[in-house]
Amino acid sequence: MIRRLVVVLLLVLAVAGIAFFASAWRPRMPAIDTPLRSSFDAASIQRGAVLTAIGGCASCHTAPNSKAYAGGLPLETPFGTIYATNITPERETGIGRWSLAAFVRAMREGVDRDGRQLYPAFPYDHFTHVADEDLRAIYTYLMTREPIRAEAPRNDLVFPLNVRMLIEGWKLLYFDHAPIRPDATQSAEWNRGAYLAEGLGHCGSCHTPRNFLGALKKRRHYAGGDIEGWHAPALDASSRAPVPWTVDALQQYLKRGVSNVHEVSAGPMTRVIHNLAVVPDEEVRAIATYIASNMGAPEQAREERGKEALIRARSAAEKGGDAGIQKLTTGGQQSETTIQDGRVIYEGTCMLCHGAAQRTTGAPSRDALNLGLSTSIQLGTPVNLIRIVLQGMAPPDGESGPFMPGFSTELTDEQLVSLVTYLRSDFSDHPAWQNVAREVRRARQSLARMD
Amino acid sequence: MIVLNVNGREYQVDAAVSTPLLYALRDYLQLNGAKFGCGLGQCGACTVMVDGKPVLSCITPISVLSGRRIKTIEGLGTIDNPGPVQRAFIDEQAAQCGYCIPGMMMRAQALLEANPAPSKADIRRHMNANLCRCGTHMRILRAVERAVGYLKNDRSAG
Repeated sequence: MIRRLVVVLLLVLAVAGIAFFASAWRPRMPAIDTPLRSSFDAASIQRGAVLTAIGGCASCHTAPNSKAYAGGLPLETPFGTIYATNITPERETGIGRWSLAAFVRAMREGVDRDGRQLYPAFPYDHFTHVADEDLRAIYTYLMTREPIRAEAPRNDLVFPLNVRMLIEGWKLLYFDHAPIRPDATQSAEWNRGAYLAEGLGHCGSCHTPRNFLGALKKRRHYAGGDIEGWHAPALDASSRAPVPWTVDALQQYLKRGVSNVHEVSAGPMTRVIHNLAVVPDEEVRAIATYIASNMGAPEQAREERGKEALIRARSAAEKGGDAGIQKLTTGGQQSETTIQDGRVIYEGTCMLCHGAAQRTTGAPSRDALNLGLSTSIQLGTPVNLIRIVLQGMAPPDGESGPFMPGFSTELTDEQLVSLVTYLRSDFSDHPAWQNVAREVRRARQSLARMD
Repeated sequence: MIVLNVNGREYQVDAAVSTPLLYALRDYLQLNGAKFGCGLGQCGACTVMVDGKPVLSCITPISVLSGRRIKTIEGLGTIDNPGPVQRAFIDEQAAQCGYCIPGMMMRAQALLEANPAPSKADIRRHMNANLCRCGTHMRILRAVERAVGYLKNDRSAG
């Protein structure tokens, strides 16, 4: 009896195994001769340029100081390093021999022309929602770029994750092909925004938390995620922006990287802003409309607090000085000396620009954000604040935009901890961060690796 | 009262702890080499070195500097006996109005102390933080390259 059970069990396992490998196996698509530029029409190339920018393809597929779309950018994931591939139409190292069908399969199913499974660091779980004609336009655009010969370095992943076949298992568990259905109760603009944000824009791939296998936690859509050492803030009702976002503010932020009562873009988001610069206003507004609706109308208490924060910021700008929240308790176990030291550093560094009128220099910097309005100081993690203080912010070469010097040489680790602890204590009602020293060390190490 | 170690000497500075280092240097210690440019850490004219690294002295309060070694342009050499970086800038005639040059020299000095053989790309990346409104950047870059050679000669001459 038991023997028969074992045999049946083994048979079932064998069949399941064969079925798994059969489903994981994808045929190689035939190589084609790279299509000539003249085989595409200019309008479609132009549309492709805009869509490629919305998709942010260049953000990952272009390495620093390298040619556009030639790949090679390392993506540090919790599972190891994945290198973005070359998506220029070069025949050997790029996608020069890829047919439209092969390209569409990669975008929709996460399988390359050779039939190899692609890691979901390439967000095909979002791209699968992109319409045929849009995929064709992106293909047209990419196939008319300058072909660059560049082989991406080999991925550096821990076993067994380096076995591509296993990605099929991941897909069985997490890959949802279900199309995004238009919502008839919403405006055309909202639906356009949903299509762009959920598909090509893949906003959720950073702004949604991931589980231990790197899959998006669908039930916590837009609850905020972690990416490249930064925290991508929540884009749902749990947003901690002191002043609730509006469609107008989001549109301005997405287009220019700055909303003067919210935040200046930093970290990986600067690449998104850079891409969106070429995207028509109505497309950006559609995305803003959808995201704002996802955040929902703020509750009255939050609305009131936002108004108060704005009043404090304005009065600080006129009278000078601090916009800190007057609190009865400091709440937290950090020592008073740390906070005192941090306050002195704030006064000698940050306040010169962020404290508006109370400047000793007389040099105007009207655009510096009042720290009472900063989301980074309100988040559950100090990583964004630490990174901004360490790295500062600067527009890409040749572009204009907000500038802030980094303080990596000016401040020691201990001084950074004091400053960050002080800012949290004076500009936020949320409890003190417990892991500031560890996160400062981590950020330093990561910056040293980038050097 | 804060004790500052500047160019190997200790000074007592009787200023508020949030006073920027630049003001302490110029107003209290009469070390006028570091210049006030923008006062916002955007131009680099105030650059000095702290513990071997370039630091913007206009946005660094003296409260963070006790126990750290500060070096200013006065610490690189004298008029009669200029240091290698200073000689390189003079020989390349890198200054036009000269206002940004002390900051440029200090940033260059910090690079050469950390990396005695920087590539052209290293130099460009490192000097990126300092601006020259006269536009002598090309000469400044040549001066830094020249300084690499001077430092090497000085070392081999013992």
